[in-house]
Amino acid sequence: MKRVIYIFSTVLFFIANPTLAETPEEKGLAIAKEDDKRDNGFQNFTANMVMLLKNRQGEESSRNIRNKTLEVEGDGDKSLSIFDRPRDVKGTALLNFTHKVGTDDQWLYLPALKRVKRISSANKSGSFMGSEFAYEDVTSQEVEKYNYKWLRDEDIKGEKCFVFERYPVYKNSGYTRQVVWLDQKDYKILRIEFFDRKNSPLKTLTQTDFKQYLGKYWYPGNMYMENHQTGKSTLLSWSDYKFQTGLSDKDFNKNSLKRTR
Amino acid sequence: MPAFSTPISGILLSIVAAGFFAAASTTQAHELTGFVGAETRLYPNSARYIGQDDHSASLVFKPEYYHEFKDGSSFTFVPFYRLNSADPERTHFDIRELTFLWLQDDFELRLGVRKVFWGTTEFFHLVDIINQFDLVENIDFEDKLGQPMANISFSRDWGTLDLFWLPYFRERTFPGKGGRLRGATVIDVDQAEYESAAKEWHSDWAFRYSHYFGDWDVGISQFIGTNREPTLLDGTGSNGDAIKIPRYEQITQTSLDMSFVTGEWLWKGEALYRAGQGNENYYAWTGGFEYTFTRIWSSQMDLGVLGEWMYDTRQEKATNAFQNDLGGGLRLAFNNSASTETLFGWVQDIESSARLLFLETSHRFGDNLLLTAEFRAFVNQPATDFLFESRDDEILQIELAYYF
Repeated sequence: MKRVIYIFSTVLFFIANPTLAETPEEKGLAIAKEDDKRDNGFQNFTANMVMLLKNRQGEESSRNIRNKTLEVEGDGDKSLSIFDRPRDVKGTALLNFTHKVGTDDQWLYLPALKRVKRISSANKSGSFMGSEFAYEDVTSQEVEKYNYKWLRDEDIKGEKCFVFERYPVYKNSGYTRQVVWLDQKDYKILRIEFFDRKNSPLKTLTQTDFKQYLGKYWYPGNMYMENHQTGKSTLLSWSDYKFQTGLSDKDFNKNSLKRTR
Repeated sequence: MPAFSTPISGILLSIVAAGFFAAASTTQAHELTGFVGAETRLYPNSARYIGQDDHSASLVFKPEYYHEFKDGSSFTFVPFYRLNSADPERTHFDIRELTFLWLQDDFELRLGVRKVFWGTTEFFHLVDIINQFDLVENIDFEDKLGQPMANISFSRDWGTLDLFWLPYFRERTFPGKGGRLRGATVIDVDQAEYESAAKEWHSDWAFRYSHYFGDWDVGISQFIGTNREPTLLDGTGSNGDAIKIPRYEQITQTSLDMSFVTGEWLWKGEALYRAGQGNENYYAWTGGFEYTFTRIWSSQMDLGVLGEWMYDTRQEKATNAFQNDLGGGLRLAFNNSASTETLFGWVQDIESSARLLFLETSHRFGDNLLLTAEFRAFVNQPATDFLFESRDDEILQIELAYYF
């Protein structure tokens, strides 16, 4: 009897409140899930990246990094980042197993010593290779890593976007929240504003020069991160994307880390 | 000058020839990188022994040729040369790497000269035994001579299994009469003795299993063969002087190394059991932690704090400086465009006042120049300490290298 009343009252609730069918939180989550779904199935890719660092005085320095990524079903991606320049760190490589929940597994390869070293990945807010990107900005983005809240719809350069907030649920994030602009047609992230632990504006990421791969996946050619508190910026320029290159688990273990070049 | 003897040169030349032949037929990618550098070593305290200088200048060249074939197999050649002003023993040539890697789905086979690292700790690399240390290069046991080997490696779901055949032994390098960072008595490497009649041609073997289980990384290794660490015997030099003669014994070593990561903590440990060196079989272990503070003082900088304990059951008969010592360190990474890094370390003998202090720092200028500076001091060494005879060899070493 109790159950009948429950069903009845639920039905009555929805009939009475048709506009409350989806809360802003539910809508935000639904957007994130759709985005994740559209990103699934790429299997693996390799790409080259140039990282251009600029300080407040306008002095520049660059790093060249090759990246290999393997999609893992039911968990976060595996990735391997290999340094080509500056030459003194050439061959240094970072192997990362992202997990949907909990900390990632990370190993660093130091070519001068031929040493593979397990490193702590708990400090997600730490700088990625001296850039304005934190580790948490560059590792695999999983739906489970945030709570969501849709804010509004808004245009950026004529592209209609969902604007939503996401709140990191993992430990040791450097952010209280991020505001994301995601275009409604192709689900490309065009802009993210990051707010630090005191909820002050910290950084803005602007992504441009998107290209579509495999007739399905949209990846940015340029990722520009500006730090409003330090005046420093980092531009990541991606090139030579190659998808479904035959990479497998064997290319992402400690042995393969040792033979990276 | 330590050099390979003729038969091994022949084998190495064959590998080079095979590598270049294969390279010519299936070219995928190749590159030449490396560095050339100038170094100076300054000793604030006057030399204690005749023949030693208070400073030295040195040039170093280490190019690296790499060739990758279409199937992922590769060929690597890394020669090394250092020219040194003060000590002829430190002027030396070595083949650090000359390897052909045959990459298959089921295994990796590596033939040639290579460098292999085992272990997890920072202050003392206890279980690392495949390569001989290049002690004239630096005394921090991180520079090694190329080791000729055949190594087959199997990577599976259950872990990685490595088998090593090491057909030729490399003698340890030691400073000569003109070198600092040595004991009162010069070690005469030309009189080296061996327990095995095969001498440096004794076939050594090693096995290693390694894997990771969630937050744990574990390695178990077995080494059977010529000890990389010689026992030093009293002898007489060609001119009648008292000298030390290195004697290389046959040993078996079983070792374990592991690390465990939890939050910002990284816990590390290494342990070994060695039989055949001297009269006494022994155990030794080292272990500790590394904790990283991220973005300290609201900056980009990370600060790592290190603490490790080193112990050897031979105690005062130990053949290294770490019979019962504590090591503490601070590692500051500036995370700036110059990748500035500084490591300060302190190793304290628990049973005496002896301590070893060091400061290492590096800073990049532009894209290609790297400046590194190291300072080491041996403080309050009592007469019984392993490093007593080097007590005046505080050293400041500065190197500027151009990477290409």
